[in-house]
Amino acid sequence: MTILNSSVTDKYELVVGLEVHAQLSTLSKAFSPDSAAFGGQPNHHISAISLGHPGTLPRINKRMVEYAIKMGLACNCSINLHNTFARKNYFYADLPKGFQTTQDQQPICLGGFVPVKLSSGVTKNIAIHHIHMEDDAGKSSHDQHDEYSLIDLNRAGVPLLEIVSQPDIRSAEEAGQFLTEVRRLLRYLEICDGNMEEGSMRCDANISVRLKGQTTYGNRCEVKNLNSIRNVQRAIEHEFTRQIAIIEEGGHIDQNTLNFDAATGETSVLRSKEMANDYRYFPEPDLLPIQITEEQLESIRQAMPALPNQLFEKYTGELNLSDYDAGVIIAEKDLADYFEELISHTGNYKSAANWMMGAVRSHLNENNLTAGQLELKPKALAGLIDLVDSGKVNNTVAAQKIFPELLKGEEATAEQIATRLNLMISNDSNEVEQFIKAAVAKFPDKVKEYQKGKKGVLGLFMGEIMKSSKGKIDPQKTNQLLIKALESE
Amino acid sequence: MTNNYHSYSELKSGLENGDTTVEKLVNGYLQQIQANAQLNAFNEVFADEALEQARVLDKRMQSGEPVGKLAGMVVGIKDNISYKGHKVTASSKMLENFTAIYSATIVERLLAEDAIIIGRCNCDEFAMGAANENSFFGPVKNHADQTRVSGGSSGGSAVAVQAGMCHAAIGTDTGGSVRQPAAFCGVVGLKPTYGRISRYGIISYASSFDQVGPITRSVEDAALLLEVMAGPDEYDSTLARKPVPQVADLKKESGKKRIAYMQEALSSPGVDADVKATLAAYIDKLRADGHIVKPISFELLEYLVPTYYILAMAEASSNLARYDGVHYGYRSPNAVDLTSTYKKSRSEGFGKEVQRRIMLGTFVLSAGYYDAYYAKAQRVRRLIQNKTNEILQEYDFILAPTAPEPAFALGLKEKDPVVTYLYDIFTVQASLAGVPAISLPAGNNGKGLPLGLQLIAKSFNEQELLNFSEYFLQL
Repeated sequence: MTILNSSVTDKYELVVGLEVHAQLSTLSKAFSPDSAAFGGQPNHHISAISLGHPGTLPRINKRMVEYAIKMGLACNCSINLHNTFARKNYFYADLPKGFQTTQDQQPICLGGFVPVKLSSGVTKNIAIHHIHMEDDAGKSSHDQHDEYSLIDLNRAGVPLLEIVSQPDIRSAEEAGQFLTEVRRLLRYLEICDGNMEEGSMRCDANISVRLKGQTTYGNRCEVKNLNSIRNVQRAIEHEFTRQIAIIEEGGHIDQNTLNFDAATGETSVLRSKEMANDYRYFPEPDLLPIQITEEQLESIRQAMPALPNQLFEKYTGELNLSDYDAGVIIAEKDLADYFEELISHTGNYKSAANWMMGAVRSHLNENNLTAGQLELKPKALAGLIDLVDSGKVNNTVAAQKIFPELLKGEEATAEQIATRLNLMISNDSNEVEQFIKAAVAKFPDKVKEYQKGKKGVLGLFMGEIMKSSKGKIDPQKTNQLLIKALESE
Repeated sequence: MTNNYHSYSELKSGLENGDTTVEKLVNGYLQQIQANAQLNAFNEVFADEALEQARVLDKRMQSGEPVGKLAGMVVGIKDNISYKGHKVTASSKMLENFTAIYSATIVERLLAEDAIIIGRCNCDEFAMGAANENSFFGPVKNHADQTRVSGGSSGGSAVAVQAGMCHAAIGTDTGGSVRQPAAFCGVVGLKPTYGRISRYGIISYASSFDQVGPITRSVEDAALLLEVMAGPDEYDSTLARKPVPQVADLKKESGKKRIAYMQEALSSPGVDADVKATLAAYIDKLRADGHIVKPISFELLEYLVPTYYILAMAEASSNLARYDGVHYGYRSPNAVDLTSTYKKSRSEGFGKEVQRRIMLGTFVLSAGYYDAYYAKAQRVRRLIQNKTNEILQEYDFILAPTAPEPAFALGLKEKDPVVTYLYDIFTVQASLAGVPAISLPAGNNGKGLPLGLQLIAKSFNEQELLNFSEYFLQL
C-alpha cells in the first residue's frame, strides 16, 4: 500500500455515504408467512412463495412497515404515508423471483438525521437521505462443494431496512460512530439484533475524495462485503489513500464496485460501471400502495421506547449523573433497561449509578454476561441500596458480603441475607462500646499518641473495630463514640 | 348423449331426478375428449381421478349428504392454474415437467364446492397469444371448423366447452384471452373486474391485467362460477373487498338501458362484414326493444393496443424472470455455468412469442427508454381508464364485437405478430380499464363459424352485466 505524506493527504477531504442494511427481527418474512428466523436447516424456512413458484403473490408483513416507521421516527425522518413498492430486476441464483421487491419512488422515510458524538467532544448530525423496505435474497455458498454452488433460501424474503445516509461523513471515526449509533437505535427499538458478523446488519460504503474547498464530489467507489464496523473504517482509510495516490499520479477514479478483503485490508474491483446491472425498476403490480393513516402513525409514535439520546439527557439532567456515567449506561440497551428498572425501585440515583458502574459492570465483564442475563433483579439490588441508605449495613459489607449472595439469584432480600449472615449494624450502643473498649485496651501507646494530638491514629482504631465487629457497625456513630472514649481515657 | 346440459341448474335436476349420475357425466365427457382428441384441447386429462371423485360424489348424493354448490359440475382448467400434485405447464417446454406444490385459491374454492376437475386445458404459452398457436403442445383446433383456430390464449378451455368435453372451463384473461376464444367457439366468456377473483396460483403473465374468468354455455353458469371463485383472499393483496354477485340474484334484465357502441366497429375496413352485420342487427333489436343505443367514437382507440402491449410485456419480462433453469423447470443440458444456465435454459425453454415479449418488455423498462415507453404507457392507461369510466357514467354498457373477425385459418396470422396484436383491439379496452366484460355468442356466419359480441360494464357491476346478458342472449 502506498504511504502518502500527510502534507499530501491533508489537501484532500474524504466524502463517505453509507448504506446500512438491517435485517428486521420479524417472525415471518416480508411478503410471505414463512419463518424469518436466523439460521435453521438450509432450505427449511421456505414455501412456494419463498421459492418463487409460478403463481405465487406477495402479501405484506405489516410488522415490517411498523418497524420501518419506528426507525424513521428514531432517525428524525418524515414518514411517507403513501408507500409503493417496486421491482428491482436482476438474475442471480439466490434470487428465486428474478427480482427484489423494494421501494424506489416512494420510500417510507425521507430526510432526517442521526447525531453522532465524536472524540473531539463535538456532536455531528449525519443526514439521512431515506430509509426503505425491501426483501433479502437467499445465500449462495461457492466453497462447500467441488462442482456446485449451494443455495440456501431460508433468508430469501426476510425483511430488510436500507438506511441510506447523505454523503456527510468525513472520517472513518464518523463512519464508525454513525454505524454504532444506527445499530444502537435498531437495538433500542428491538427491530434488528445488529449483529454484523451474522449479517443481520450489513454496510456498503460509497467513498470518494476531493480537494478541500471543492464543492463538487469526486467519482465514488462503492465498497461491499464489510462485515464489521472496524472493517468499514479500514476500508475507508484504505480507499482514502488509494484514491489520493491515483489522483496525485494524475490518474482518474473509476466508478467501480469494490470488494473489501478483511485479511489484507485492501479493496479490489468487483465490477466496473460498464458491468453494472440495469435493474429496470418499475412499480410492483402485485402490491397495492400501502396507505398509512395518521392514527397508525400516532399510535406507533406513542409506543416508541425511550431512545439513548433521550435517556442521556434524562440521566445528566434530571438524575444529575455525570456525562461519563450516563454514556456508559446508555451504551447498551439492556444496561439502560436494567438501570431504568433499578431507578423505578430506588430514589438514590447516584448510588444506583455507582452500583451499575462498579459492581454490576465488573460482574458482567468478568462473566461475559449482558445485563439481561443477570440473575440479580433490579428490585433486589434496589433493596440493597436502600439497606445501605437506611444505615443498616455499610457500603463495604454491602459490596463484599451481600452483593455476591444476591448475585446467586436467591429469593432472599438484601435485608434477609444481612440478617442471616449477621451483618446488620448493631444499634446496641453497649455492644459498640465493647468493641471500642477492646480496641482502646489493645493499643495503649496509640491512645497516648492521640491524646498528644496525633489524630491520624483514629484510622487504626476504626480498622480494628471494624475487624472485630465484622463490619456490622455504623462507622459514623462509632467514630463519634470512639473519639469520646479516647478523650475521656 | 347425456352431457349437453345447457346450465348447471338443468344438470342438477338431471342428477336429482335420476336421469344421470356424476359418473355417467364424467364418462360422457371422457368419451367426448377421446373422440375429439385431434382438437388438442387438453394438455392432460385426469381421467381416473375424475371418475373416482364422481363415484364418491354419487355415493354422497345418494346417501343424502349435503353437497357443494357445484356438485357434479365437471370443469377443465387452463394449464396456467396450479392444482396441487398436478402438472402445470403454461403450455411451455419451460414447465413441461413441473408439478404444482400448492393449489390456486380458485381451485380450492371449486373443489370445496364439489366441482370435478377433469383436466388441464391447452393454451398459448404463458397465456401469450390470441389464436392458441403458441402452445408448446401444438395448436388447439376449433370444433366448428378444424382448419381454424380456437382463439386464445384460453383456446383449450373454450373448445372443451364448445365440444362438450366438460360442462364449463376456467380460463384467464389478460387482454381478451377468455372473451376472444369464447367468441370464436360460440360460448360465453366472462372477464370479471380486475381485483374480483384471486390470482394466487395463476401463473402470472401481466399482473395488473390478469384475471380469471369462466367459459360456459350459459350466463347462469358464468354467474355461478363467479360467485364461487370471487371474493377476498389473503394471498392476493390486489383484491377488492366488494360484495360478490350471487347467482340467486341473477334475473333477466327488463329495464331500459343506455348502450354505447363503437362506431368504428361498423365503419372500419378492418372489421369483417358478417361481424358488422351481426352488430348492426343487435343494435336494431335493442332499439326496437326500447333501449337507447348510440354510437360513440373512442378517441384513444389507436392507443389501446400499443398501450396494452407495452405494459403487459414490461410486466411479463419481470414475471417470467423466475424461469431461469436454476430452481425448477427446464434447465439446458448444454449449460456449463450460471450465465449459460440462464441463457441456454431460457432460449431453449421459451417459445418464440414468449421470448419476443420478454425482450420487448425488457427494452421498454430499460434505462433511457423507461420514460418514453413504460411511463408514457402508464399515463395513457390512466387516460383510457378515465375515458372508459366517463363513457360508463353516461351509458350502462359499451357494446362492441369481441373480435374483428370470426375464427381465422390455422397458420394464417402466425407470421406477422403485429397483425395478431391488432386482433385485440376490442378486448384490451376493458383490460386496460380493469372493468368487467363478457363475450356472448351471437349466432354463426354463413360458414357456420360462431360470432361473438361483447358487453362492457362499470367496475364491480358484474351483476347488472350478467342480468343484461341473460336478456341479450334471448334477443
